[in-house]
Amino acid sequence: MTKIMMITKEGEAFLARIQEISGEAITACDQCGTCSGSCPMASEMDITPSEMIRKTQMGQQDVLSTKAMWLCAACFACTVRCPRGIDLSKIAEALRQISLRQAVDHIDIAGIPAPERARLPQIALVGAMRKFTS
Amino acid sequence: MRIGVYVCHCGGNISETVDVKAVAAAAEQRPGVVLARDYSHMCSDLGQKLILEDIKEHNLDRVVVAACSPHFQGATFMNVLETGSLSPYVFEMANIREQCAWPHFGEPETATLKSIELTNMAIAKAGLDESLNKKTMPIGKRVLVIGGGIAGIQASLDLADSGFEVHLVEKDPSIGGKMAQLSRTFPTEDCSACILSPKMADVPANPNIELLTYSEIESVEGYLGNFEVTVVRRSTYVDPDLCTACGLCEDACPVKVPSEFEVGLRDRKAIYVPFDFAVPYKYLIDESVCLRLTKGGEVCGLCQKACPKDAIDFSRKSEKIRFTVDTIVVATGYDIFDATEKKVYGYGEYKNVITALEMERMIVNGAAGTPIRPIKGRIGFIQCVGSRDEQVGNEYCSRVCCMYATKLSQLLKRSDPTREVYVFYTDLRAFGKGFEEYYKRAQTDGVKFVRGRVAELLEDPVTKSVTVKVEDTLSRQMIEAEFDLVILSVGLKPNAGTERIAEILKLTKSPDGFLQEAHPKFRPVDTLKEGIFLAGAVQGPKDIPDAVASASAAAARAVRLMNQGEFSLDPVLAYVHEDICDGCSLCVDSCLPGAISISSNVAQINETLCTGCGICIAACPLDAMDLHCYANDQLLAEVEAAISERRDGETRIIVFADDTTTYRLADNVGTGKLSYAPETRIIRVPSGTRATPALMLKALALGIDGVFVGESESKSSPYAGIGPALSRNIEQTRSILREHGIEPERVRAKEFVTIMLGGFVAQLNELTAFAENAGPVSEKKKKALKETLANGLPRAEAQVAQ
Repeated sequence: MTKIMMITKEGEAFLARIQEISGEAITACDQCGTCSGSCPMASEMDITPSEMIRKTQMGQQDVLSTKAMWLCAACFACTVRCPRGIDLSKIAEALRQISLRQAVDHIDIAGIPAPERARLPQIALVGAMRKFTS
Repeated sequence: MRIGVYVCHCGGNISETVDVKAVAAAAEQRPGVVLARDYSHMCSDLGQKLILEDIKEHNLDRVVVAACSPHFQGATFMNVLETGSLSPYVFEMANIREQCAWPHFGEPETATLKSIELTNMAIAKAGLDESLNKKTMPIGKRVLVIGGGIAGIQASLDLADSGFEVHLVEKDPSIGGKMAQLSRTFPTEDCSACILSPKMADVPANPNIELLTYSEIESVEGYLGNFEVTVVRRSTYVDPDLCTACGLCEDACPVKVPSEFEVGLRDRKAIYVPFDFAVPYKYLIDESVCLRLTKGGEVCGLCQKACPKDAIDFSRKSEKIRFTVDTIVVATGYDIFDATEKKVYGYGEYKNVITALEMERMIVNGAAGTPIRPIKGRIGFIQCVGSRDEQVGNEYCSRVCCMYATKLSQLLKRSDPTREVYVFYTDLRAFGKGFEEYYKRAQTDGVKFVRGRVAELLEDPVTKSVTVKVEDTLSRQMIEAEFDLVILSVGLKPNAGTERIAEILKLTKSPDGFLQEAHPKFRPVDTLKEGIFLAGAVQGPKDIPDAVASASAAAARAVRLMNQGEFSLDPVLAYVHEDICDGCSLCVDSCLPGAISISSNVAQINETLCTGCGICIAACPLDAMDLHCYANDQLLAEVEAAISERRDGETRIIVFADDTTTYRLADNVGTGKLSYAPETRIIRVPSGTRATPALMLKALALGIDGVFVGESESKSSPYAGIGPALSRNIEQTRSILREHGIEPERVRAKEFVTIMLGGFVAQLNELTAFAENAGPVSEKKKKALKETLANGLPRAEAQVAQ
């Protein structure tokens, strides 16, 4: 991972977009870490919830390729504890929405051998194409 | 002599450990004591009445109360004496609660013996008490306020409204100071000029204020109640009584120079008004650039021709104004840090790197519809420029930059949300009322705060945009990003005027270069010079509300001295035995506040300046100096009484405890029920230097086994700069001990703060253990020491001590 963080117009627009979708003032986050400390899934995440917010604040779009937002179970522990009153679950949802709208296929259906493909239920194929989880 | 002695039970606090009846019985045997009683609560109404009745019935002329610390109830009993028509200074306290009952609570016998001796010491001292009264000195109601910024204005208005005569001296052509230049104030976003200008207008409108602008203090001589001030009023070359500020002269003037008020962002003429709400609103000529005044002869003179009132006179001279005041308020403010000193930020070289003060002016001018230049694109603020940075010699935090950057950043963001505004900070300090809420508002409005101190700035030679190199220390990633404009949040520093005033008034500076307050907690606007007060940022960086609060505090402190028409002086003052003094002037050199002078070969004490520290007594080779309330014979009588009940083989240590710190520290040790060597006898002195070499040596010659001197650590001492004199006293004493073959380690000194409980206990225990091991000083050595003392300490020694 590079140690250089670029500040770009695209990154600033990305932040504005996430703020717009979530309706949350992401720049108001103080990086205190209460959310990470409260999150029951933090130990399983590749980046912590507060890191997810920091990357978003700084317009770092690589946040979309991290797994944290997909592990968020929307339990709202972070939201009820945030000293700045920020609803992190809405931000995670906004990141998931952006990610989903990029319409990335996570599996190559054509690459699955036909006999196996025939045995897979339709719903599993659709779900697997859209999400990492569920 | 008729001494009454009262031993207090303190409701059991004392009597549960100390045999108070035994203490009273022992006291009754002492010479001069006519009665000794014990009572449950001496400080109660009934206890006080007991003393009053005895004063009347038994004609008491001295009172000794053996009870708690004099810092606890001393004032109560002094009032009782005054009610009983005695001088409050014929009173002594034996501190048998904090020094006996509490620290030695498990050892009633020891505590009782110590109580008896402490009471004996108090009786011995009381026998020599003088019937003194508080001295009163007449004082007028005249104040000099130096500096016409918001602090000076506030102090002047408060004083003038309270009926005092104020002379406000401002070096610039207008009052208003730095606040006049600001756009808005945080966190309320009031327009700075709009809230300041009515206050400025109040100054000349107030009949109690004489406003002297464009004027500087040349000299100040004298002291509280009698400061003689000389002010130089520079010539403006315009008669203020004739000038109507029509502006025709300015239109005519051909000379353009950068405006100081606009921090060089706009020009002004050689004849100008400093700014549009200046007070006084009168034209003046800048003699350093005016063609006529620089070249002479009949050059130019266009303004003079243009003036319809004939107000311009090139021959007007600066004038000296002299007046006398009773107190002084120093409000000379601050300067902003010179950003060119921080080379890595390229200020002055890079086109798009500016200071926050320049941004203030850009915002004001932009709002007024005359933008200085367009502000667009990505904007970055760099915090802590010139603050918290030892590379530029400033260790301190400037306290206002976090909030003014928070203000400027959101003003910029809100006026145009398409701007991207970043603030690079080290720590974000939003400590004041409404500050955190204001900071959150900036964040919510979209200002991005990045934690990291910018390492360097680089300018693109073509586009002139600036690359910021900084670590985002929250995500531990390096940022290298281009900014269209970078604003340096410069810190506050002491200004040149403050330097000068400090020299003229002989005020001390703290390590940060700002002027030092008398006590950081309890006397934050006083200086160590009686009658001189500090208002605003001259004492240290302050925001507007803090500067105004300190200015009002300074005014109130000045009023406190002047309001009664006289002020009282503690009679703890040095005095001279004029028959002994030979006018050698060693005392003059030793006196820190400069209270001693020699006139017709005899030292004279200025009682207004004397702080009663006692430093001069050690300096005098002839024993001609003494101190009221802590006289040589009194302290010696205490020393003698400290061994009045000594049994064979017992050790005795005398502790000279300075009243400001060590004595109170001993009180704290007692209150904490911490035990220490019961062989110690504490003698209260105004400062450690009161324990002169002669006194310490006499104590040892009398059979005292060790002497300890406790002094305030310099920061908390009311007598600044006393440390070296204390060391010299100790060194001189030790060298004479060496000459007599006596262990020099029997004499020790230490500087304390009032919370060093463990240190105090350890020091006393160590010295006691040392003296016990060493055993008593032999009779032969004591005799030799006595002989040396009888001949007087050699003058050469005393001179070395200087």
